[in-house]
Amino acid sequence: MTSAPVESSSVPTSPLQVSHPAGGSRFGETLKHARYVVTGNPVTGFAFALFVIIVGAAIFGPAIAPYDPYASDTAAALQSPSAAHWFGTDQVGRDILSRVLVATRLDLTIAVASVALVFAIGGLAGIAAGFVLGWTDRVVSRISDTIMAFPLFVLAMGIVAALGNTVTNIVIATAIVNFPLYQRIARAEANIRREAGFVQAARLTGNSEFRILLTQILPNIMPIMVVQMSLTMGYAILNAAGLSFIGLGVKPPTPEWGIMVAEGASFIISGEWWLALFPGLALMIAVFCFNLLGDGLRDIIDPQRRT
Amino acid sequence: MTALLDVENLTVEFATRRGTVQAVRHVNITVAKGETLGIVGESGSGKSVTSYAVMRILDRAGKVAEGSVTFSGMDITKASESKMSEVRGREISMIFQNPRMALNPIRKVGHQIEDVLRRHAEAGSADARRKAIDLLRQVKIASPEERYHAYPFELSGGMCQRIVIALALACRPQLLIADEPTTGLDVTTQKAVMDLVVELTRERGMSTILITHDLGLAAAYCDRVVVMQKGEVVETASSEAIFRAPGHDYTKKLMRATPRPGIGLRDLLPEPVASASGETAPAAPGDVLLKVVGLVKEYPRKGATRTLGKLFRKNAAGDPDAMFRAVGGIDFEIRRGETVGLVGESGCGKSTTSMMVMRLLDPTEGTILLAENDIGDIPARSFASHPYRKRIQMVFQDPTDSLNPRFTAVRAIADPIMRMSDIHGRAAVRARCEELAGLVGLPLDLLDRFPHQLSGGQKARVGIARAIALDPELVILDEPTAALDVSVQAVVLNLLQDLKSRLGMSYLFVSHDLHVVGLLCDRVIVMRSGEIVEEGPTQQVLNAPKADYTRELLSTIPHPPV
Repeated sequence: MTSAPVESSSVPTSPLQVSHPAGGSRFGETLKHARYVVTGNPVTGFAFALFVIIVGAAIFGPAIAPYDPYASDTAAALQSPSAAHWFGTDQVGRDILSRVLVATRLDLTIAVASVALVFAIGGLAGIAAGFVLGWTDRVVSRISDTIMAFPLFVLAMGIVAALGNTVTNIVIATAIVNFPLYQRIARAEANIRREAGFVQAARLTGNSEFRILLTQILPNIMPIMVVQMSLTMGYAILNAAGLSFIGLGVKPPTPEWGIMVAEGASFIISGEWWLALFPGLALMIAVFCFNLLGDGLRDIIDPQRRT
Repeated sequence: MTALLDVENLTVEFATRRGTVQAVRHVNITVAKGETLGIVGESGSGKSVTSYAVMRILDRAGKVAEGSVTFSGMDITKASESKMSEVRGREISMIFQNPRMALNPIRKVGHQIEDVLRRHAEAGSADARRKAIDLLRQVKIASPEERYHAYPFELSGGMCQRIVIALALACRPQLLIADEPTTGLDVTTQKAVMDLVVELTRERGMSTILITHDLGLAAAYCDRVVVMQKGEVVETASSEAIFRAPGHDYTKKLMRATPRPGIGLRDLLPEPVASASGETAPAAPGDVLLKVVGLVKEYPRKGATRTLGKLFRKNAAGDPDAMFRAVGGIDFEIRRGETVGLVGESGCGKSTTSMMVMRLLDPTEGTILLAENDIGDIPARSFASHPYRKRIQMVFQDPTDSLNPRFTAVRAIADPIMRMSDIHGRAAVRARCEELAGLVGLPLDLLDRFPHQLSGGQKARVGIARAIALDPELVILDEPTAALDVSVQAVVLNLLQDLKSRLGMSYLFVSHDLHVVGLLCDRVIVMRSGEIVEEGPTQQVLNAPKADYTRELLSTIPHPPV
């Protein structure tokens, strides 16, 4: 019997190939890469800092708010920004800073819940469509096309109006209008991996088609879906605020950015600009942050950037 | 002779996040007028980067750190970008590896040639068309007037490469850089394309740089050869001298590892290992393991015929024109302990055949008997859970593509064990994986790495370990070394041979390269357009081929003059 020849010395190592430290964990690698992207691109670093602040506000908002967001004080109504009230007060004397801070939790919860919902449903439906093809694909893709045939915001309005005026229904409506986006991306990504060598290899080793879908296809599509999540998060926040703005969903006096902008809008003409400006600014910063973060995440997973 | 191109002390650096990497170090290359220079090296040797530096088309991260590139008196490293865009295409042209990628898929090829002619003011709107057709004729495209209107997807790979050559030569450049121009083409196409390049460049007195990993190709077509290794030039000599008396150790190693007629499998390896290995006694083939009778695979032809047929409710299956026969009724058998080579060019049906035997694809007709049990009737969909699945396994062509990028090596090897074997429990599975890693010569500390952290040869070993994990009786090797460098190929082929004699498996070796097949196989089957044209013992097929097609295949493989 001959021993298997060892090639160790004969493997040509490319000078372009970066050698990886032996035994370096994948998580550690990813963390390192994430640090590289965040520090290498100041915009992503900035977005990440904003993200930390927003999440902080969502968690600690009620605790750090200087006033009770519901407490009205008619004596102090419609005060412009001052040392006592940084963002001013509204028509019934509530502190706008406190209300903006407290509203973060609700707005973020709606966005995260709807994105998580659509991620699970749209992602799975898309992967199944792209992998199985045939009737599954036809049905799922036509559902997407039908949803896309409507103006999305009007569709969301209709869903909330039909289902009832609750936060849960805002989450559902936002998830439904985002469905085609997730379904299409997942379908395309699953479809190109359908005949990949490693999928064929998995068939040879006795994996059922369903198992292949879950263990081989899904993990490989995850990164791209996560980027999509971050990118649509901003849109979800905007959508929820928009619904509240036109009076659907969250009801006053609950602090919510969309309602606050709607309530403050009527005071802009009489010169009380701070009522609408600060919640609007919070909304803008949140959307901006998630969009930038999405771009940054894309850089993290894009192998082209892994030079 | 005066030097047309003079690369002096060239160093190219790439900025990566782990610091600067020198891809090319102190390289000196000269190309005289009318000379054909070959740059030979394995992947990562810096041969492509050198040519990119000459064309000044380096990646953003790359820059020339040192040295100069002088092209007919002009320093290219210092030339302005507008000057360079004049030089590219007009003075220096390039042919890329993948012709389909180099052509715009949504523009007629004739128009693409016209674009180049007009860009460099070689033709006006009046005569552009005539000149483009003329160029198509020069690159030997049949009925150029018709092909002028063709889109790239309507042409074969070889035709596309001819179009790319026409584009490159449109403005009569002085220097042509061909970067692996025939990789991915069939050997017969390769010969036609290379002959064409040489003929056209001779005719025009052009200089050519041929970048290739194939020593045989360089030997057959180049005046001088530069051998590169890890970013450095290790040897420069006339192609005759380099093959007669290679000076550098690396050149010798490359020469040894290149499959060529009249050598054995062990001869590919560097000397010390080869002498230690010794010869394995050929085991006498046992009883018939796999028997394939009248195997047919038909695909419905897409397009007008089928749609019309459907429209008029015509039975499409009954119409011979409606079906495309990928495999047209073939018979063969494989005995226990035997290695059978299945050889042919792309589109000959060898892959379809192997997929059917593998039971990933359902045959249209015919029977596949594995140890006298008909497995052809079991639908491919449910074969994954069939107990016979264990008995046939496969090693895939591209080791990178066949490994899930998110699975570690050990997870990939463990997959079949966990799914189909009697071994259960974490520790037991791990132990079996380590045993397999030992068998295929994969260092144990690499088991926890992900595919992108492994070299091509190591990934190939993981793929082989996965294929033999269930002790299969038949392993199909689908061009297992096509994506590997020659020196790695030599090692992997030897490993496969050792494993076979140790584990008593049979191989069906699918390949386009007769020389590689000759090294490993006991019998060879040559296929062409879905039919078997020749079958017989390897030595007989290689040394005294009966079919004209086999003879043609053999004669078109370039090999070093040794």
